[in-house]
Amino acid sequence: MTAFLLRRLVWFAVTLWVVFTVSFFLMRAVPGGPFSQERELEPQIAQLIEERYRLDDPLWMQYGRELAGALRGDLGYSYRKPDFSNAEIIAQGFPVSASLGIVALGFAVVLGLPAGIVSAVRRGSLVDAGLMLAATVGIALPNFVIAGVLIILLVFLLPVFPAGGWGSLGQLVLPAFCLGAPYAAFIARLTRTGMLDVLSQDYIRTAYAKGLPDRVVILRHALRLAMVPVVSFLGPAIAGILTGSLVIEQIFAIPGLGAHFIEAALMSDYTLAMAVVLLYTMLLYGMNLVVDLSYSLIDPRVQLE
Amino acid sequence: MDPQPDTTESQKPPRGVSLGQDAWRRLRKSWTATTALWLLVALGVVAVLAPLLPLQPPRRVETDRAFQPPTLAAPDQPLFPAGASPSERDAALAEGFGRLDPASRLLLRARTALFGTWSLPSLCGADRLGRDLLARLIWGGRISLTVGLVAALVSLVIGVTYGAVSAYAGGWADNLMMRLVDILYSVPFIFVVIFLITILNAEGIREVLEREYGINRMVIFFFLVGAIYWLTMARVVRGQVLSLRHEPFVEAARALGAGPARILFRHIVPNLWSVVIVYLTLTIPRVMLFEAFLSFLGLGVEPPDVSWGLLANEGLQAITPIRIYWWLVAYPGLALGVTLLALNFLGDGLRDALDPRMKNR
Repeated sequence: MTAFLLRRLVWFAVTLWVVFTVSFFLMRAVPGGPFSQERELEPQIAQLIEERYRLDDPLWMQYGRELAGALRGDLGYSYRKPDFSNAEIIAQGFPVSASLGIVALGFAVVLGLPAGIVSAVRRGSLVDAGLMLAATVGIALPNFVIAGVLIILLVFLLPVFPAGGWGSLGQLVLPAFCLGAPYAAFIARLTRTGMLDVLSQDYIRTAYAKGLPDRVVILRHALRLAMVPVVSFLGPAIAGILTGSLVIEQIFAIPGLGAHFIEAALMSDYTLAMAVVLLYTMLLYGMNLVVDLSYSLIDPRVQLE
Repeated sequence: MDPQPDTTESQKPPRGVSLGQDAWRRLRKSWTATTALWLLVALGVVAVLAPLLPLQPPRRVETDRAFQPPTLAAPDQPLFPAGASPSERDAALAEGFGRLDPASRLLLRARTALFGTWSLPSLCGADRLGRDLLARLIWGGRISLTVGLVAALVSLVIGVTYGAVSAYAGGWADNLMMRLVDILYSVPFIFVVIFLITILNAEGIREVLEREYGINRMVIFFFLVGAIYWLTMARVVRGQVLSLRHEPFVEAARALGAGPARILFRHIVPNLWSVVIVYLTLTIPRVMLFEAFLSFLGLGVEPPDVSWGLLANEGLQAITPIRIYWWLVAYPGLALGVTLLALNFLGDGLRDALDPRMKNR
């Protein structure tokens, strides 16, 4: 277990270092940097800017300094919003994106698991066919199409939810649903396949033979093993929800990290974009680690290597 | 998994059908997969023949009919004014269709010969600038489908080569190559790709790339998108090659003096096609979704080119509380949704059809 964690930590550091190095040198390869503005700058101001963005040293010294800064958690200053450090922008946007993502993941699990269980238990029925068709549609449709249709229906035709913005609970429901819907569909399909696999096993027959009620057999005995593929999907799902929120935040005008990232990308604010990439790499790696650890909790036969 | 050995199957006398024929037969039995297949073939034909169809010019701006709802009335403006001189005609066509490749120009000429200046009414309405949505949908489909196909093929080539080489090399090389895949798996690729696109689009870099290497944004796009979807392919192929590399036919090839590259690409890789085809049909929708996603954010296909993602974005931006231009949201969404749904169904159908355990059933 300790060896497993240690090895993963080493790879974690290597991954982050690779991402950092590649993005650093790509960024420095772009001509212009923070000076690519219309107006010619006064020499003193230009020098001050160079000092602030640490551009006045040879490249390898800049690299060393930036790396040391990143290790200390200092991500430098934004190119386009000179009054803010990248850490401040992230601290402002991240909680918003995180709460949106968590609610979306909640939607995905709460909608997907029961749908999968029901369609596995009622295999071949109309309910099963309907749910699985809905799941395929959910997987195929991009979240911005779902969002467009839902905005027309639930915001303008039947004014149930506000059109966008951030702050109240009502404003959270629609974006979180659009973000979570494709993952709910995936989870439903995985749960169904897993349940069908498990339900035909001997220990389930034994459980029925003991006279346990259906509910206990399905929810206590079968679901636990059927969850394994769902849990391993949670890693990619979290990654997908993070990226999906790029679009959803744009559509619903949510001031999250994704919106900042897209703005940074469109305005060529390289330092901010790189800081966000590093943060998401860290997040994704951490989530994958948690998912791997949880296998052994769900299925005691799994050995961590 | 299966507790009982499959005795009943092995007792049947084998019928002489190849895996391909057998798979085709089973595919045709699934109506969802067949419908999906024909739908996709139809879409592909429409997309390829778009210049030949009597559509209105996708780029012609007619501000007086901005946000016109779907109609059956004939368009006000003909393709080009009647009695126009050839040079005026070419100018009108270039304005309406943009710069075309020679094949499309030829098709366009065939169209004017066939249909004259007549074009279809605006069946799907018009957008913010009065451009015909139906024409934009079909011309956008050309780009969306091309991106999906080409980028998926790029990912296929990278994935198959990487996986096959890794498995065939074995030992430390295999270990190293697969570790690299593990590292790449934990990189949030979409963010990295967006980051790369911004850098490659920077003034200076973009010009250098176009001038010196003739690489434009679409090519970069194909490669970036293809380059992020090869990871799973590489893993799947590696697993297959590992199980194939000690088969007698490989030993035989080696005994005949074939080199590693020849064994790998002439003897082993052709045995992977069923896995590869299934994976390809499942990668294309993901790639198309990604293209739509990037275009939606304004980082993919650039105007005046159109793609379905871009159209969906335009539709969403046109939503206002005062008037709902439903056709601008519904039709691009429908086009994307139906195509992706069909690809998913086809992929699922192919997976079932090509499963060797299902042979002769």
